[in-house]
Amino acid sequence: MAHEDHSKAIRQVYVGLGILAVITLIEVGVSLFGKGHIMDGMQNIRWVVYVAALLIIVLSLYKAKFIIYEFMHMRYEVPGLVRSVLLPVLLLVWAIIAFFLEGDYWKTKRDKVEERNELGVKDMGSKEMGAIDYKWTKEDLQ
Amino acid sequence: MATDTAIQHGVEAIPGEEWKGGKRPFKASYGKLMMWYFLLSDAFTFSGFLIAYGALRISSPTWPVPDFVFQTFPGGFSGLPLIFVTVMSFLLIVSSVTMVRAVQEGARENRKGVVFWMILTIIGGIGFLSCQAWEWTNLIGHEHMSVTTNPFGTHTESGIYLMDDHGDPYAPGAEKETFEAGESYLIHKHNGEFVQREYQVTSGEDSGVVKKQEFGPKAFGALFFFITGFHGFHVFSGVVFLIIIMLNAASGVYVERKNGYEMVEKIGLYWHFVDLVWVFVFLVFYLL
Repeated sequence: MAHEDHSKAIRQVYVGLGILAVITLIEVGVSLFGKGHIMDGMQNIRWVVYVAALLIIVLSLYKAKFIIYEFMHMRYEVPGLVRSVLLPVLLLVWAIIAFFLEGDYWKTKRDKVEERNELGVKDMGSKEMGAIDYKWTKEDLQ
Repeated sequence: MATDTAIQHGVEAIPGEEWKGGKRPFKASYGKLMMWYFLLSDAFTFSGFLIAYGALRISSPTWPVPDFVFQTFPGGFSGLPLIFVTVMSFLLIVSSVTMVRAVQEGARENRKGVVFWMILTIIGGIGFLSCQAWEWTNLIGHEHMSVTTNPFGTHTESGIYLMDDHGDPYAPGAEKETFEAGESYLIHKHNGEFVQREYQVTSGEDSGVVKKQEFGPKAFGALFFFITGFHGFHVFSGVVFLIIIMLNAASGVYVERKNGYEMVEKIGLYWHFVDLVWVFVFLVFYLL
């Protein structure tokens, strides 16, 4: 009985290898398709590019889940351990949204950001904050 | 609350006695639990790097196209987008699988099996590091990318080149090279100097204007070398620990402990984590 369990477990490992290998190949294929390597022109169709990217991300997340649950044996741990390790990762959801939104702001409002940065040095706040680079004028001293 | 938990586990509840020990929290050993929490903290470190990469990439109007940057293969082959990194991914996946086998043999207290599969895992790890060394050598030595210089640019307009690859004027009658918006280019070095080729724009508002090739987003080189380097350092330290634990297993240290080769299981967790991080490095640097 123990011997049968063992050979079954070994078989599962090689099935896992197959799953990960096939998913990786699909990912590379979809990525190259989205970049127009398999059919030229695909890289110019916006929705194809987005669907390809989304598909790759979902497949990568599945790979990550598979590695954690099967290879790292998270499936066999008690619920408390699973939660204490995996729930903190949810904090990253907001980190990703916040930083990517900010990145998008830098891109679309680059001129405005630079303009404001210059304003900050010249007129705004410097006097009140006691900054040394503030040029005092006669009006200030009166 | 504490009383309920104690009853659930079939232990007689004595108020205030639940924390005196005798039970394993989460039914895991101390070392294994702490390995999980170390990996959690390490995951946040990598996430910090990768999120910074994402924010900077989104903030740039253009970004080096991965299937243009990573298209070389050892032996002088070029024009093979992503093939080499796919090979690297396979190496890590296979070494992850051999690690699972080592842990399984450990659970059966099979010393020879543990050592055999761990040696295969170590070979996979060294193979991955060798591939990365080649990739870095190619990027630094032949394509002249550095932490502060990124010669991979992207055209935002269509145009026609006014000089050849070496920065010299075209020979009379030679066909001039043209390009379209969205195409990538690599600024080559000749005699130790970067040659930024001049071109005439043929589309859009600036049609007719003469411009020269600009360097790509500066952050690309630093992000690439730091993030893949940090991952490579994890692989390297993983290989070192694998070798130490493999030698210990071979010497019979773990036979006496009679705990199903738990050290092998712990280094296994670390090794799978290295594979897990690669899934995301592979995703953001090469696939997207």
